[in-house]
Amino acid sequence: MEISFQTVMSQLMLGLNNGAFYAVLSLGLAVIFGLLNIINFAHGALYMLGAFVALSGYAEWGTLMGMPDFHLNYWAALVVAPLVVGLLGMLIEKTMLSRLYKVDHLYGLLLTFGVALILQGVFTNYYNVAGTPYEGKPEILNGAVNLGFMMFPTYRLWSIAVALVVCFSTWLVIERTKLGSWLRAGTENPRLVQAFGINVPLMITLTYGYGVAIAALAGVVAAPIYSVSPVMGAEMIITVFAVVVIGGMGSIMGSILTGLMLGMVEGLTKVIYPPASSTVIFIMMVVVLLVKPSGLFGREQ
Amino acid sequence: MNKTLWSVLVALGLVAPFIVYPIFLMKLLCFALFACAFNLLIGYAGLLSFGHAAFFGGAAYVTGYLVKYAGVTPEVGILIGTLFAALLGFLFGSLAIRRQGIYFAMITLALAQIIYFVAVKSPFTGGEDGLQDIPRGMLLGLIDLNHGYSIGGKTLELNLYYFIFGLFCFGFWVVYRAIHSPFGQVLKAIRENEPRAVSLGYRVERFKLLAFVISAALAGMAGAAKGLVFQLASLTDVNWHTSGEVVLMTLLGGLGTVFGPLVGAFTVVALHSQLSSLGSWVMVVIGIIFVVCVLSFRRGVVGELGRLLKRSL
Amino acid sequence: MKWCIRATACAAILGMAASAGAAGKGISDGVVKIGVLTDMSGVYSAIGGKGTLVAVEMAVADFGGKVLGKPIEVISADHQNKADIASTKAREWFDTGKVDMVTGLLNSACALAVQKVGADKKRITMNTGAGSTDLTNKDCTPYGIHYAYDNYALGNVAGSEVVNHGGKSWFFITADYAFGHSLEKNTTSFVNKLGGKVVGSVRHPLSTSDFSSYLLQAQASGAKVIGLANAGGDFTNAVKQAGEFGIVQKGQTVVGMLVFDTDVKSLGLKTAQGMQFASGFYWDRDKATREWSQRFFKKHKAMPTMDQAGAYSATMNYLKAIKAAGTDDPDAVMAKLKSTNISDFFAVNGKIRADGRMVHDMYLMEVKKPSESKADWDILRIVKTVPGDKAFMPLSESTCSQVKK
Repeated sequence: MEISFQTVMSQLMLGLNNGAFYAVLSLGLAVIFGLLNIINFAHGALYMLGAFVALSGYAEWGTLMGMPDFHLNYWAALVVAPLVVGLLGMLIEKTMLSRLYKVDHLYGLLLTFGVALILQGVFTNYYNVAGTPYEGKPEILNGAVNLGFMMFPTYRLWSIAVALVVCFSTWLVIERTKLGSWLRAGTENPRLVQAFGINVPLMITLTYGYGVAIAALAGVVAAPIYSVSPVMGAEMIITVFAVVVIGGMGSIMGSILTGLMLGMVEGLTKVIYPPASSTVIFIMMVVVLLVKPSGLFGREQ
Repeated sequence: MNKTLWSVLVALGLVAPFIVYPIFLMKLLCFALFACAFNLLIGYAGLLSFGHAAFFGGAAYVTGYLVKYAGVTPEVGILIGTLFAALLGFLFGSLAIRRQGIYFAMITLALAQIIYFVAVKSPFTGGEDGLQDIPRGMLLGLIDLNHGYSIGGKTLELNLYYFIFGLFCFGFWVVYRAIHSPFGQVLKAIRENEPRAVSLGYRVERFKLLAFVISAALAGMAGAAKGLVFQLASLTDVNWHTSGEVVLMTLLGGLGTVFGPLVGAFTVVALHSQLSSLGSWVMVVIGIIFVVCVLSFRRGVVGELGRLLKRSL
Repeated sequence: MKWCIRATACAAILGMAASAGAAGKGISDGVVKIGVLTDMSGVYSAIGGKGTLVAVEMAVADFGGKVLGKPIEVISADHQNKADIASTKAREWFDTGKVDMVTGLLNSACALAVQKVGADKKRITMNTGAGSTDLTNKDCTPYGIHYAYDNYALGNVAGSEVVNHGGKSWFFITADYAFGHSLEKNTTSFVNKLGGKVVGSVRHPLSTSDFSSYLLQAQASGAKVIGLANAGGDFTNAVKQAGEFGIVQKGQTVVGMLVFDTDVKSLGLKTAQGMQFASGFYWDRDKATREWSQRFFKKHKAMPTMDQAGAYSATMNYLKAIKAAGTDDPDAVMAKLKSTNISDFFAVNGKIRADGRMVHDMYLMEVKKPSESKADWDILRIVKTVPGDKAFMPLSESTCSQVKK
């Protein structure tokens, strides 16, 4: 098959679409890692949970509440799912993670791995592993836009837009506001920040809550594209880990740009040599580690 | 450790197949060996690898392929599989030990994922189908490992069992020797205080790398053995869930204890088989054990026991 | 270490001293146990899953719950579409669970693994779900039966039809495991034979949620027909996304090579109308199929698929063969099964050949237009009936070692 401009462009668009999800997830991981020094293995599971809030809210909550006509619509899910998951995240941080800050950081990784297994296991019992389609996609986002080189579904354009807005507003808050400066200071020296009268434990809890809330938001946005499945997070999380390592752990802008870029690299690989498309990110990771062990955007330790 | 205890344990291992379903026992032994190998790394060198499935599954594929298509005898197959895992361990180790802690864990995880995708895509692993129908073959060209003896109305595959048991004893012995040698002492010193070990003149990276390679090789041996037992090497063996499972086994049994990984592996494998009718609630149970272990049981079963008895087990 | 070796040797000798008792006639272990091993939670669970278990239990109940005075039991497990889980489970069933026959086995990778374990342990496997033709060719065994359909028949009945109606250039989107490979290979040979051409193919992992990049490759190939060599959830996902990307509007035809009633249901008639595919069973074919299917519907709340109806028929005929042979000895039962004609609501002109292939009439189906559908499950129409000996691979072409030539 000869490689046409059209093929390259359309795979790049799809890659950008995937990359947008990588960016949001790795951004959340980076924010959490920055302040808590914990790699949140449960991130994928909480992304999955967000999608399930949307799915079940649309299809099941009405029946459960005895109001068969009630459907949590898509727009409401965009708000409700991050709230629910954010609160759950804060609960996890308060009851479990906070007890681990004094021991080796590896225990945080192991604990969140356990949490991920629990969430994934529970949902696997009630839902098909292969995925359940989400039926609540709003009418207005149906259809496809003609980009000249391809028909691109409107909804996918919307999902890219949402991801970009979330990423860059988070970046703005952290880099350009007072709150952000506290956060950054807290990362450097929590004791000193505490001495200035800032409630660091609360800040940590809220940060974790925010990080997982945007993962849940990504889950809701993903629901109409991919079928909602208990393993959707598990499939995603390892790739996102690689994105974070390549970008340089803890770097906000690094994780956003790397996420978008790697999505497109994956897309390009699908044109050039499809069998390598699932490995290319990991191979890039090896190369980056060899050349610049702290990642593309990371600081040398 | 005293001689009677060892004799009792070995004797138990020898009569066990007459009491318990041998295939199940062999699975226990393979995972126990896997966990012991893993423990050498995390328990004694303080390195958490999240990619050990690559060695376990990689060796299973190599051994399976050689036994099935190149017609080598099982012991040669396992030997080459183990060497393959050691080589892979050397490559991974060289890349990963440049970083520590969480970075180390994530790098091993991502490297293992490359192996996973190679296994998915390359024709020689059979992709999604796995490498099926691996012959157990003739040990040394003489003993038929597939032979079953009919005892009490059941068919017991004793030849294979004692072969696997022998492999396990050997692997366990290697780990035991490694721990109780000057090499093991240096590893512990590195775990406790790396800068100090450096200042004492130890070339820390070399010790870590050697520990990584031994651990990878034995993990590979366990995987190769499992491939022969179930006559199948599949994607499950190289999946990152397997890497997570071996972490759990070791953590549950007790990091840095000699018998901890055995207890952990036995518990987890038994849980899997006892609860298999519960479907994916098994995953939930395993997740809960993980959480409980991390929050309040960080020494593990054997570690806590050792603390009560005030001796190291 | 020395200890280890010495004791090992002793125990090995002990083991060899014990010897086997000869197997007698009648029912071994005092029970006939049937294992249903299938996908209960994954991409194929609607095709097989609990429905297959329901069908097998119905067969046992209809048979009277006893054979030769001994009880019949049914157990089931989820193989999760993983060959290692399937073969481990089957091995355990045969070794310690007294299981005499395993059926279901939806998923070719699992079916191949279990059929091999069955041959090792001399137990019968009656596969109703998987499609790979390897099961009755290079990987055939004396104890394996391939019951409901296979990929050769699918390609033969449906693939040929598409080519004859002008679909000369093909691009395959194939599930990357035994089943998909075999389906692609079989269909390709029919396409080539009829003067068509396969311009390319791409493989996707089992249980894929996003087909977009594969579909775009198919679109770029310019092929007239996009053949989906996958099934279940993978098939429905691919069809839906082809709609999203406007592939059908641009003049390419999407053809499913293996489609079940449940897939058509989940796509909806509006999306699926006009689609043609091959099947070995449709609930609304005649009086007998309707009668049985209504009974099934009462228990399962869905009409039976080819796999589920096949599992009932397989179980029933297995039990009949035990009764006729007077024993559950696998060799005797297999001999009986292969020498008896099979005729029931499921199979018309059915016969199990030496290679384990059960041949019976196959049908070319077409999805009805929404306006033609009169009831909830009134979704398909039989376009053409293809006699078994025309639909399946001739025995003379089989590479099975069981076939004497």
